[in-house]
Amino acid sequence: MASGIKDKVVILGMGCSKFGERWDASPSDLMVEAFEECIEDAGIEREQIEAAWFGAGIDAFNVGSSAMPLAIALRLNYIPVTKVENMCATGTEAFRGAVYAVASGACDIALALGVEKLKDTGYGGLPQRTRGLENDMYWPNLSAPGAFAQLASGYRAKHKLNKEDLKRAMAHVSVKSHANGAKNPKAHLQREITEDQAVNAPFIAEPIGLYDCCGVSDGSACAIVTTPEIARSLGKENLISVKALQLAVSNGTESSHDSWDGSYLKTTRIASQRAYDEAGIRNPKAEITMTEVHDCFSITELVTMEDLQLADEGKGVNAVLDGDFDSDGKTPCQIDGGLKCFGHPIGASGLRMIYENYLQLNGRADKRQLDSPKMGLNHNLGGFPHQNICSISIIGPYN
Amino acid sequence: MMSGITAYGAYIPRGRLNKQEIAVANSWFDAGLKSLGKGERAICNWDEDSITMAVEAANNCLASKSDNGLSSLYMASTTYPFLDRQNSVVVSEALNLNKELRTMDVGASQRAATSALIALLESSVNGSAMLVASEHRRSKAGSRAEMLWGDAAAAVLVGSDNVIAECLAVETLAVDFVDHYRGEDSSFDYDWEERWIRDEGFMKSVPKVVNNLLESASVTAEQIGHFILPTDQARTPAAMAKALGINPEAVVDNQISEVGVAGAAQPILLLAKTLENAAPGDHILLIGFGQGCDAILFKATDAIKSYSPKLGVSTAIGRRREENNYNKFLSFNNLVERDIGKRGEVDKQTYLSGYNRRKDLLTGFMGGKCRECGTVQIPREKYCVNPECNALDSQDAYSFSDKRGTVATWTADRLTFDWSPPAYFGMVEFEGGGKIMMDFTEVEEGTIDSGSKVSVHFRIRQFDPARGFRKYFWKAVIEE
Repeated sequence: MASGIKDKVVILGMGCSKFGERWDASPSDLMVEAFEECIEDAGIEREQIEAAWFGAGIDAFNVGSSAMPLAIALRLNYIPVTKVENMCATGTEAFRGAVYAVASGACDIALALGVEKLKDTGYGGLPQRTRGLENDMYWPNLSAPGAFAQLASGYRAKHKLNKEDLKRAMAHVSVKSHANGAKNPKAHLQREITEDQAVNAPFIAEPIGLYDCCGVSDGSACAIVTTPEIARSLGKENLISVKALQLAVSNGTESSHDSWDGSYLKTTRIASQRAYDEAGIRNPKAEITMTEVHDCFSITELVTMEDLQLADEGKGVNAVLDGDFDSDGKTPCQIDGGLKCFGHPIGASGLRMIYENYLQLNGRADKRQLDSPKMGLNHNLGGFPHQNICSISIIGPYN
Repeated sequence: MMSGITAYGAYIPRGRLNKQEIAVANSWFDAGLKSLGKGERAICNWDEDSITMAVEAANNCLASKSDNGLSSLYMASTTYPFLDRQNSVVVSEALNLNKELRTMDVGASQRAATSALIALLESSVNGSAMLVASEHRRSKAGSRAEMLWGDAAAAVLVGSDNVIAECLAVETLAVDFVDHYRGEDSSFDYDWEERWIRDEGFMKSVPKVVNNLLESASVTAEQIGHFILPTDQARTPAAMAKALGINPEAVVDNQISEVGVAGAAQPILLLAKTLENAAPGDHILLIGFGQGCDAILFKATDAIKSYSPKLGVSTAIGRRREENNYNKFLSFNNLVERDIGKRGEVDKQTYLSGYNRRKDLLTGFMGGKCRECGTVQIPREKYCVNPECNALDSQDAYSFSDKRGTVATWTADRLTFDWSPPAYFGMVEFEGGGKIMMDFTEVEEGTIDSGSKVSVHFRIRQFDPARGFRKYFWKAVIEE
């Protein structure tokens, strides 16, 4: 039995650019913005970075393939750099590469950076792109909201909900994230909204309306990781360590086998259970202090709360409406605004989630700081409900 | 003895354009259109063409027969989606017919279908042979043709067992009478004066052929119970009947105000309609007019009493959805340059080698059934999808095109590009097992939810205008 990643690697520093419609900034500009904050936080020199992992999700509209855009943007010193891509879970994938490299002893200090430049397409929403030669021949030409709207229909059918009740809970998810985002100066969307606004907004993909969708943003986020011993030798105190880092990837069962009913995310259930086991968490509701989950759409967040065992199965609507995940609730979720309002630059999102939990654990979250947070969970999802990639990372104080 | 008709089937698109809307939009330019603005005409949805309608009609025709061992499939049309790629073979693969089939595309004339039918009737058919005629004629905006024509398909089986209408005689006259034409470089027909076509065309060639035909069959004009003269000239069939001495009640209506005249498919569509109503012993005279004239004389047999089609013309006419948006019709037929948005601009090249590898899925809608565990699945991959099995190369081909399904998840997507937004799609679970996320087509708002029943249909999935290609795949239609 593998010993797992718990407490083998700590975060030395993190950085995150302002997210949003960054008409002014190129991918390189965004990378440098996140990196400058990160390396200052880490308190090291660029030459001390021994390897890097670079995440970008949508090549054709972005930086192109290969690791060179990162090496060039940061003028890295001919170190090994690896490009990773796992759809919207790309950011955590970059983090995973750097963390595993340090844990293996292959290097002492490693960098993970994710970036996405989405606002160069000339239209709203995610770029229209290929799903691969074969899939393009028969998959519906579905948009991301179109894919996740089906989760709502599957969830509603399974739990025999009426459309209005589900929509109201979805609205609450978004109202909460907007309230949180309003306190975050780096967030893409910093305005509060009302439940009526959310409920009455036009459909993008029924039942997903405009306010059920996350922001499509430009941005970059970055982490530098090392071992606890090296961090201490560099004078760091109050270390934040990686407690769990898990990934589950669909193998086609959900999309082609009758065992999946479309009402939940199979990968999230599997990856989160593995992460809890790796972190030694027995009771997630009691032990997880805060979550940053992949709220690409409000329905995704609602269902994810059940998949993470933070709400009872079929009771997500009640838990949401009871305020369990509000900033003053049992387990605050998206305290930084989430994908919904901080924004969703694909390749950066996983690292942005970790960034917020890292700030919270360090007591550096300013107006949105929670009282004595202990264990932060990040849930980063790529793909569609029927075929996807789920990353779970948990960070907390190093013991 | 010649063989005869053993089965028939029809397909008429559900969309019916209210002709009043054509008149409202266009009579400012041509006041003559006002008087034609009555009733409705059948219009293809954006994802229908002569191939997809042919698949439907052929399927409806085959479904009514217990033995569908076909020896040949002929297709007739003047609106083939492909000028060089045999359209009848696409139809045969969508129907998963045998690969030894004799196939042929017949075209270039309004009598393409009757000429093909004569060829089949005169050949010694081994088993049974199918003729499917399908037409999706484009016409200029505001033209009379737009008012008079309609989109439809029909199919007949020709054989010598269980004949419902035996062929008594055939006759043909080949004359290059240019009532209209469409050249290699033209998108639309060009025609000449209607009265001249009637007097010098119909009235001169049809009687010649019919008289020879009746004489050779020793049948008199008074004996004709059903007279089919396909034409968009409203009064010509009655005038012709009178000239020939055929009873006026025998004239079969061209359905101009219900379906519209379906070009080369019209003779077969009207033959199918006539066979629905024919009694044993009835004589049916079928004409095909274009660069001369074909005439075929049938006599209904006793077997017609016990025959019922899966989908006949009258049922097809009844399955309708009124369309009052003339602009939508213009868009569907590419008669107006619509701003389709940047999402619609994405390149849609088809990789023919990759397409060829997946043709059983894309055209035939074939999945697999695992020999080890019995799990039915689509698409068919190397390893079985059942997590308890995962056997390698264990699946036999398994057809989904004839299976009904249930909607598990769905949405109406207004962000993605679609020719008729919103784009409906979702997960369909099939009776007998297996599921796939697929497009739905022709969904009326408020008629779909998890649990809705669907059937699947061969439709256009995507156009590649830059390369003149179009992709087909199967889509779900909510059952009424």
